[in-house]
Amino acid sequence: MITPIDIASASIVLLLITFLTAGLLRRNQALLIKVSFSLSAFASLAALSAGIWTVGSGITERVTLIIGLPDLPFHLRLDPLAGYFLTVVGLLSFFVSIYSTGYVKGFLGRRSVTRLVVFYCLFIAGMFMVVLADDALFFLISWEAMAAASYFLVMFEDENAENRRAAFLYMVVAHVGAVAILLSFGVMAGLAAGFENFNGFTFDAMRQAQFPTGWATVAFLLAFFGFAAKAGVVPLHVWLPEAHPVAPSNVSALMSGVMLKTAIYGIVRVTFDLLKVFPWWWGAFVLILGIVSAVMGVLYALMQHDLKRLLAYHSVENIGIILIGIGLAMIFKSFNLPMLAALALIAGLYHTMNHAMFKGLLFMGAGSVLHATRERNMEEMGGLIHRMPWTAALFLVGCISISALPPFNGFVSEWLTFQAFLLSPSLPIPMMRLLMPMGAALLALTGALAAACFVKAFGVTFLGHWRGHHNPHIHETDWSMRSAMLMAALTCLLLGILPTLYIEWMDILSEQLVGAKLAASAAVGGWMWLTPVAPERASYSGIVVFVGIIAVYGIVYFILHVNPGKIHRGPIWDCGFEKLTSRMQYNATSFSMPIRRIFGFLFKIKEEVSLVPQSAHPAFPKKLHYELKVRDRFWKWIYKPVADASFWCSRKVGRLQQGRIQAYLIYSFVTIIILLFFTR
Amino acid sequence: MSGFIIEILQVMMLIGLAPMFSGWVKMLKCWSQGRSSASILQPYRDLAKLFSKDVILAENASWIFRFTPYLVFSTAVLAGGIIPMLSTDLPLSLTADVIVLVALFAIARFFTALAGMDIGTAFGGMGSSREMMIASLAEPAMLMAIFTVSLACGSTSLSRIVEVIYSPASIVKPSLVFAFIAFVLIALTETGRIPVDNPATHLELTMIHEAMILEYSGRHLALIEWAGMMKLFLFMAIGAALFAPWGIAYAGAPGSIPLAFGYLILKIGASGIVLVLIETGLAKMRLFRLTEFLGAAFLMATLGMLSFFILE
Repeated sequence: MITPIDIASASIVLLLITFLTAGLLRRNQALLIKVSFSLSAFASLAALSAGIWTVGSGITERVTLIIGLPDLPFHLRLDPLAGYFLTVVGLLSFFVSIYSTGYVKGFLGRRSVTRLVVFYCLFIAGMFMVVLADDALFFLISWEAMAAASYFLVMFEDENAENRRAAFLYMVVAHVGAVAILLSFGVMAGLAAGFENFNGFTFDAMRQAQFPTGWATVAFLLAFFGFAAKAGVVPLHVWLPEAHPVAPSNVSALMSGVMLKTAIYGIVRVTFDLLKVFPWWWGAFVLILGIVSAVMGVLYALMQHDLKRLLAYHSVENIGIILIGIGLAMIFKSFNLPMLAALALIAGLYHTMNHAMFKGLLFMGAGSVLHATRERNMEEMGGLIHRMPWTAALFLVGCISISALPPFNGFVSEWLTFQAFLLSPSLPIPMMRLLMPMGAALLALTGALAAACFVKAFGVTFLGHWRGHHNPHIHETDWSMRSAMLMAALTCLLLGILPTLYIEWMDILSEQLVGAKLAASAAVGGWMWLTPVAPERASYSGIVVFVGIIAVYGIVYFILHVNPGKIHRGPIWDCGFEKLTSRMQYNATSFSMPIRRIFGFLFKIKEEVSLVPQSAHPAFPKKLHYELKVRDRFWKWIYKPVADASFWCSRKVGRLQQGRIQAYLIYSFVTIIILLFFTR
Repeated sequence: MSGFIIEILQVMMLIGLAPMFSGWVKMLKCWSQGRSSASILQPYRDLAKLFSKDVILAENASWIFRFTPYLVFSTAVLAGGIIPMLSTDLPLSLTADVIVLVALFAIARFFTALAGMDIGTAFGGMGSSREMMIASLAEPAMLMAIFTVSLACGSTSLSRIVEVIYSPASIVKPSLVFAFIAFVLIALTETGRIPVDNPATHLELTMIHEAMILEYSGRHLALIEWAGMMKLFLFMAIGAALFAPWGIAYAGAPGSIPLAFGYLILKIGASGIVLVLIETGLAKMRLFRLTEFLGAAFLMATLGMLSFFILE
């Protein structure tokens, strides 16, 4: 009898085998790409089916492996929560693996792709293992495998100093986070079964333990810090816009789309499953950090002109939106309002899936653009919609989805989050009732700014004229890349128009984690209407909006084309101005100028204009040089002091190292004396 | 069944009467400025003329440019089927609550802004950039005003809000007064009226909405203009539904539809007078003073929210 956990384990084994053996094919790079990415696509599909099956049937299975450390075997467990994240990771890595067969071919002849292929498989396997792990040890091993694999993927094009620097920064933040997670598990394991033995290291032991509030808070804060560092929550986000853009685009899609989600998984697992009981201020803490991340992420994104960097900052924003849902769920749960907690939790988890889909799609689109133009800077692009019609249309779907516009998927989860916010009057603390709607307003600001940002991203990249100085040969991408993006785009649409079916499938999560089902009320008016609380309270039907717009569109189009007037193509009118050049278009910098001016106080902006005067008269400059630098204030506030302090410490400690053997012998001697004193 | 007939009637009324309302506003404006006005039917003639003309399309226009007018028109029509203008008994009203309605207008704006950037002129980009900036400030204030109303009514569904406010038990609440002031400011912004944008201008540096649609001609321009008129009408209708729902027919009372129609004409006509008074009394604001204007709207909505929690 095959069970989901068998399928999931088989998929991991397949990925690990590919990881170990792919090197054998390194002489034939084209074959290597075909074989290993097909295998990883197949493995992802298997994991996806295991995940869908687990969530759909609501079963929980465990396996204890024979491998592991002596007396500490590895535990695996596939419950609906793990199954849900397995679905998210599996679905996107399936799309991305198909995409990679086309995308990675672009490196052929330029450099060896063996390292990319090998670590790609390990990376996906690591993510699967993280969600399946059921003890602290295996979780951390998987977590480190994932981090190490992604480090090598970020380093793939290591001839650029920029990439090496980004990868180093990523590694540092990932490890500081991992240490915090390790400490958190240590606290929980120790409290669960005493600090003398190792019995507490399984998640089962932690689930059964009762934690004193003070220690539970310590464990939560440590775990949240560690996972937040991975998820890129402000102010721990600085590595994210450095590391994600420099990785190959298929890897960026996975890192932004699903690797960040493993951190969300960790937060949900630790709070709702392991600690279970918590005071309301934990939720408020998560909520506030979520709101800050959402607003700051989108504002930073607006300032970017590097397409992939812009998308990376949007990941910060979307992680913030997910955390808003989770924070609300925590607040509602701590006040024992399970229905509301279910709504907020579903909103957060729904957005997790949505973000994986549209961010994956957008990074794949950005990869196609990069593949075709060899350019990441939007200021040098433009008019690509004529050369790359497929990529443009599919990228547009991603833009609409991420901007939370109906009838696509981003809107559904944001709408659910708004509904959760609007239920805050049921909270018993008056101050919170007052402040919660403010959070909703900031979420609205985030959505509107995201729309502005994606008008900019799409408009500057794909519309208008080509802005670059050189005019490369731009081509549409091949079928594998297109079909992967097409599938992701269709998923975005389906998640947008059929939310009730999806929520019905995943409602087991809210039942297990917060003790209430949402779907019972969500489908009260039939599968077409999403009515999370009650139909007279709020309702939304994505499919009616979609069909309605198409129907009216069709009717109007038909009426106007019964006897259509001619369409003449002519030169651009532009109020009669004739000498229009492509340099006169709005570009990314000028588009965001009004917003930069309004929200400028949040950034460190250096703007310089210098004129090179013509010899004849200063009023007629020959050349104008404009330079704009927008930097993260957090660098100066947090990271620079920390970096300076660690350099200072290492210089002081470095004095111990003198190169004289006598001194070193004294150090050893003193150490031995101290140890003897302690173990006396 | 009667619901569907009312639905169709309401949409037809929106499509048919929106140009007349636009003509009414223009007429009042001319009178208030001491000019003699064109007929109230002039917008219909303008539209007819535009529809009969050929389209001139810039040589590098993409499909987005041709897609946008139809989409903008469709979202406006769909919104007309959702807002309870004549009756709360609308089969489509379950489709969307107020938040979805705001998002429907947002998707029209998103595509209009893209169309503005499609040709690659400086004007188009300028219009898009400014429009999106204004929208991103207006949307939080708009939702804050809406949240105030929906907290007071316990629902975000428009039909439900109308029923609660219209019920005999309801009294004038201070929170609704603040929300109403905020709504007026936002409606001026969203429909592109003075002091935010000037619908009549074609001076390069003052255009916002006009700059985006500068390159349109023929039936495309007609659709966009018509959708703009419908949007103005719709915002007046939303205001009427949220803050003055008198006369809107209940479910199961189709006989009161003519009366509801009469009330609606009166309310919209009166709102036109208020609109013209505001527009004539104010000058267009400098772009970066709009933050203060929209900040005031947000403040009003927040005050409404506070008074809801403190007083009610």
